[in-house]
Amino acid sequence: MKRIIAAASIAAVGAIAATGASAQSGKTLEQIKQRGFLACGTNPGLAGFGLPDSQGAWTGLDVDLCRGIAASIFNDPTKVKFIPMTAKDRFTALQSGEIDVLARNGTWTQSREAELGLLFAGVNYYDGQGFMVRKKLNINSALELNGASVCVQQGTTTELNLADFFRANNLKYEGVAFATSDEAIKAYDSGRCDAYTTDASGLYAERVKLVNADEHVVLPEVISKEPLGPAVRQGDDQWFNIVKWTHFAMVNAEELGITKANVDEKAKSNSPEIKRLLGSEGDFGKTLGLTRDWSYRIVKHVGNYGEIFDKNVGEGSRLKIRRGLNNLWTKGGIQYAPPIR
Amino acid sequence: MSDQTIGNKQVAFVRRDVTGTLPAPIMTRGLPAWLRENMFSTPLSGVLTLSSILLVVWIVPDMFRYLFTDAIWSAADGAPCRAPGAGACWAYVGAKFEYFMYGSYPRSQTWRVNLTLVIGAVLILWLLLPQAKKKGLAALMFFVVYPVAAFFLLRGLDGVLSLVETNLWGGVLVSLLVAAVGIVVSLPLGVLLALGRRSQLPFVKFFCVLFIEFVRGVPLITVLFMANTMLPLFVPQEWTPDRMLRPLIGVSLFAAAYMAEVVRGGLQAMPKGQFEGAMALGLSYWQMMRLIILPQALTTVIPGIVNSFIALFKDTTLVAIVGIFDFLRTVETARLDPVWAGPTISTTGYVFAAIFYWVFCFAMSRYSQMLETKLAAGRRR
Repeated sequence: MKRIIAAASIAAVGAIAATGASAQSGKTLEQIKQRGFLACGTNPGLAGFGLPDSQGAWTGLDVDLCRGIAASIFNDPTKVKFIPMTAKDRFTALQSGEIDVLARNGTWTQSREAELGLLFAGVNYYDGQGFMVRKKLNINSALELNGASVCVQQGTTTELNLADFFRANNLKYEGVAFATSDEAIKAYDSGRCDAYTTDASGLYAERVKLVNADEHVVLPEVISKEPLGPAVRQGDDQWFNIVKWTHFAMVNAEELGITKANVDEKAKSNSPEIKRLLGSEGDFGKTLGLTRDWSYRIVKHVGNYGEIFDKNVGEGSRLKIRRGLNNLWTKGGIQYAPPIR
Repeated sequence: MSDQTIGNKQVAFVRRDVTGTLPAPIMTRGLPAWLRENMFSTPLSGVLTLSSILLVVWIVPDMFRYLFTDAIWSAADGAPCRAPGAGACWAYVGAKFEYFMYGSYPRSQTWRVNLTLVIGAVLILWLLLPQAKKKGLAALMFFVVYPVAAFFLLRGLDGVLSLVETNLWGGVLVSLLVAAVGIVVSLPLGVLLALGRRSQLPFVKFFCVLFIEFVRGVPLITVLFMANTMLPLFVPQEWTPDRMLRPLIGVSLFAAAYMAEVVRGGLQAMPKGQFEGAMALGLSYWQMMRLIILPQALTTVIPGIVNSFIALFKDTTLVAIVGIFDFLRTVETARLDPVWAGPTISTTGYVFAAIFYWVFCFAMSRYSQMLETKLAAGRRR
């Protein structure tokens, strides 16, 4: 039943994408300005990426990206309407124009761009499948997991990646599959398995549910590529650029040491790079269709990439995800933003 | 002691006072008899009784311990609930209570939700309590004035109350809203559809049959999915109805189709003589329906109607799949909060949700039984 609906909706999306009924260049920004708010599709519930807190206010890395876009357009991060999207209806909603940007930890894949008529505007979180084990096992690498039993969710790519990884490394394992991730993590917690595997961001989110989270450690190996990022519909290159450069502005700001707290002070700096980013030199914002101080607004209201990472998923949050791949390229990661010039 | 004479015969002893009756055998009276009759009448029933007792002994103490004695009643965050052996984490329900009630509705404005709910509750009581007076006024207030007032109270009014977009609504507010709109719209619409289906007019009949059969033939999930995901693809963006309005319409139409068949069952149970009698009195079609047929037909199908209402109330949880934060969805979201996440959080949340739905459904069921007894007074033998 659900599969039929999904198939029908994807077919419809494909048809619409093929006829090119989506917006022309510049139309999206115009609509947003006219409407007075950005419509941002979020995950209805994923800790660290899109989740309402006890007050009902949205929090998360993806949520803050949308706030950043809103800040760059309106100079007001609150002018954004978060529309929770299920996995099934997210792409249709983007195609129909119900949302302007889909910041819902979507994995950037070839087929999504080629078949569904989407464009991924960057990667705001490099995810990948990882392993969690008990600290007392004294294991430091997934390659030491020979003969281990691994709890995994049934029927997912996770399960297939797991098999691939062990076969490729000539290791033996015993897979214990469960229908839901809740059951799998419970079984791991009760000692049924030596290790638990899912996407790394999920590992950290599941870890906080354990009876004693500190007794468990996430191994450094990442065995699959899951680049997560915001998506827009094809056909409006200006809007695509705005979303893309909002993320890049945040990364550039971190690289230049500009934070929410010191942005006013940094604006007076003599560094030409900072001047170009914050708009005191050149017309870089205007060529995007925004104002000259567009990235000043983003950092001032929302913060740089490092700050939102820390607050939502990093050390400042309960998830405590290490920066790892998501560190700046200058610090051993692969977050790299083209220069503004 | 001298011998006695009865008639002309001499007899040795005559008892003068009546002996009291002996009590019935021990196994035919009191508790033992009740037990024997109801619990151990046959070997099979004896086995069933014993296994039921075992089941209760096996489940209840653990459940009691989990839900009450081992439960965490107050905590600043999830840490105490994650301790080994901790039971239900009621502190989490306490911390998230406002979120369960209002979703993302701005906290400074929640009085508007409370006011709306209180007015609604008062009007419903007025309408439903048999001893209340002026039912006509109550109906006017509830069905005409209240929806308009509630809309402006909740959504806001230019210059008077700040605007609260429907995407911020959530929790119990949304569950009750969907259920209330569904119930209030589906009953009259269902009656009309049922009458239409039995109508002599071919087009009316055809349309009603088509509508009922089509809507009943597709799952509610499909209707919601069409309304929330596919509809915006076909109509221009400015014309797409509000995201909250779409499931409201979908649920109402869906419930109306089911209601129509329930009501039709009642109409078919009416003896032909009732129709003929009404016509002989010279009543018009609508007078006949309003005064003679519907009051009797609807009374007959009260269990069916309430059954539909209860099913509808629980079906409101399906709106979650189109991204609307109803009560159950807020429970599911809140359990993911890293501050509280823990091994017992999901269970606690679902137990709380079960209690919520049970209270409402049980209340509906009891009310319908009360109503049935009252309305059936004339037919009681």
